Amino acid sequence: MSILVIADHHNNELIAATANTVAAAQLIGGEVDVLVAGQGCAAIADEAAKLAGVNKVLLADDAAYDHLLAENVALLVKELAVNYSHVFAPATSNGKNFMPRVAALLDVAQISEITAVESADTFQRPIYAGNAIATVQSTDAVKVITVRPTSFDPVAASGSASVEPVSVTVQNAGVSEFVGEELAQSDRPELSAARVVVSGGRGVGSSENFSHIYQVADKLGAAVGASRAAVDAGFVPNDLQVGQTGKVVAPELYIAVGISGAIQHLAGMKDSKVIVAINKDEEAPIFQVADYGLVADLFDAMPELEGKL
Amino acid sequence: MKVLVAVKRVIDYNVKIRVKADNSDVDLANVKMAMNPFCEIAVEEAVRLKEKGIASEIVAVSIGPKTAQEQLRTAMALGADRGILVETDEALESLAVAKLLSKVIEEEQPQLVLMGKQAIDTDNNQTTQMVSALTGFAQGAFTSGLEVADGQAKVTREIDGGLQTLNLKLPAVISADLRLNEPRYASLPNIMKAKRKPLDTKTPADFGVDVAPRLKLLKVEAPAERQAGIKVGSVDELVDKLKNEAKVIS
Ligand SMILES: Cc1cc2nc3c(=O)[nH]c(=O)nc-3n(C[C@H](O)[C@H](O)[C@H](O)COP(=O)(O)OP(=O)(O)OC[C@H]3O[C@@H](n4cnc5c(N)ncnc54)[C@H](O)[C@@H]3O)c2cc1C
Ligand SMILES: Nc1ncnc2c1ncn2[C@@H]1O[C@H](COP(=O)(O)O)[C@@H](O)[C@H]1O
Repeated sequence: MSILVIADHHNNELIAATANTVAAAQLIGGEVDVLVAGQGCAAIADEAAKLAGVNKVLLADDAAYDHLLAENVALLVKELAVNYSHVFAPATSNGKNFMPRVAALLDVAQISEITAVESADTFQRPIYAGNAIATVQSTDAVKVITVRPTSFDPVAASGSASVEPVSVTVQNAGVSEFVGEELAQSDRPELSAARVVVSGGRGVGSSENFSHIYQVADKLGAAVGASRAAVDAGFVPNDLQVGQTGKVVAPELYIAVGISGAIQHLAGMKDSKVIVAINKDEEAPIFQVADYGLVADLFDAMPELEGKL
Repeated sequence: MKVLVAVKRVIDYNVKIRVKADNSDVDLANVKMAMNPFCEIAVEEAVRLKEKGIASEIVAVSIGPKTAQEQLRTAMALGADRGILVETDEALESLAVAKLLSKVIEEEQPQLVLMGKQAIDTDNNQTTQMVSALTGFAQGAFTSGLEVADGQAKVTREIDGGLQTLNLKLPAVISADLRLNEPRYASLPNIMKAKRKPLDTKTPADFGVDVAPRLKLLKVEAPAERQAGIKVGSVDELVDKLKNEAKVIS
């Protein structure tokens, strides 16, 4: 067995989920190599080389891989995959973008967002918004897999693998071109990796009112999340959406404020260790998953909570 | 420009599913079915392109059981011109679906293929990307904004850190994210009209595609239930519990 993990990175930073993905790959047993593809990403390769237990880091540094353009990254990974029994990537927006292409080019299935490794060919993954857990066994020669980061504890940054350039020829599909990015600026912890998350829903009412969420989050050193309804209404940017089709979080503490608890939202947060719900409707389904429920108007409860933290 | 839209018949998103007692699968007997919500968004986008005069014809395609005709009729009631059902009673994996869609694309030669980001039953989020890889069409996954002009599609994509914009050469395959648009409801006259629109039926064998499964579904289980919690009477009590019982804040 040998496993290739594709690192995710953005804005000159290695995405933390890469370390969780390496951890999942190590459960297979066998050598784990990490591929860092991008442009001007040598520093990221050095960072990836520190991930504990990594055998070596392959660096593919070329303009064709800038912003991890799916078409080009998939062509690269397809070439490299001949040396591996498994190809893993985190189920981040980048991983989800290029990995199914890798699978199609290799003519194998992709197993999406695994939450457990049972053996080298058998994996668990949630389906139906997490309302069922499927155990699937792959019959393919190469297993192409994305990993739900929150289901695996990250490896430490205590390693010292070597970094070597990939030896395959760069292929540029030439069908798509990066134009620009609009990135949310925030000093708060990253949502998917935060220890505490405070999320607001439609009940918060407006983007101005979201200050109630941000203030409590700041007291707790927490990341801020949101329901789809809050994002659709424009209270907060899209990358804060927690749920089946947004981000999956599993913090020590999740505080849901003015969120009803639709299954699509629960899918993204119900593995949190402790869940608090603040909602004025005592019948709201969110209370069925909350360890501590407070039936209250958030506009009273949140300022009071902020004062008492 | 011809636009092809792929629509999947799935469980209605409001239904809470149950796992079968023998853990072989999810129980879909007598469960309300509907068009996958992301496919509704894809259909809506196609219709808007037609209303803008950019799309000339919209072909809706579904792969699934005979009953998936209902979802194709819905797509036609919303504005698709005709439908193609690739009929099969097997629950095909994404790779097989992508291969069949690629064959239909080869026959139909659309300039734009609109699909959903994710089917809410399997939660796979992979068929669009596979279709793009198999056809060689440019890929715009998780799209929340689309402009088509001069042989190009400018797509805004929802990514982890915010939004990304790409220029795609046509032909392209695009998957719709939630914020691409708000789908309309079909009007009664349009539902009636849709009944007379052409609907072709094919089978996977017509395309000579190997649709054999690559994965074995060993079991399907209900997730671990969370223990029911308690209601606290005040903010003070909440803070006390978080500090001294759960010990998650200090
Ligand atoms: C295909 C699809 C994918 C989806 N994906 C996601 C997803 O990833 N994430 C997600 O979150 N949703 C998702 N949804 C949407 C989901 O079904 C719900 O519509 C959404 O989660 C509801 O958001 P909400 O709880 O904020 O709003 P609502 O359901 O409207 O709830 C608002 C809550 O606020 C409470 N409230 C109002 N005012 C106050 C107040 N002053 N004080 C205290 N409480 C108050 C109300 O009692 C209510 O419970 C998806 C839906 C579909 C169809
Ligand atoms: N059986 C199918 N028939 C038609 N389209 C499908 C089918 N399965 C998946 N799709 C398309 O692929 C999208 C993403 O599905 P998935 O990758 O399976 O999550 C869906 O929103 C549809 O547009």
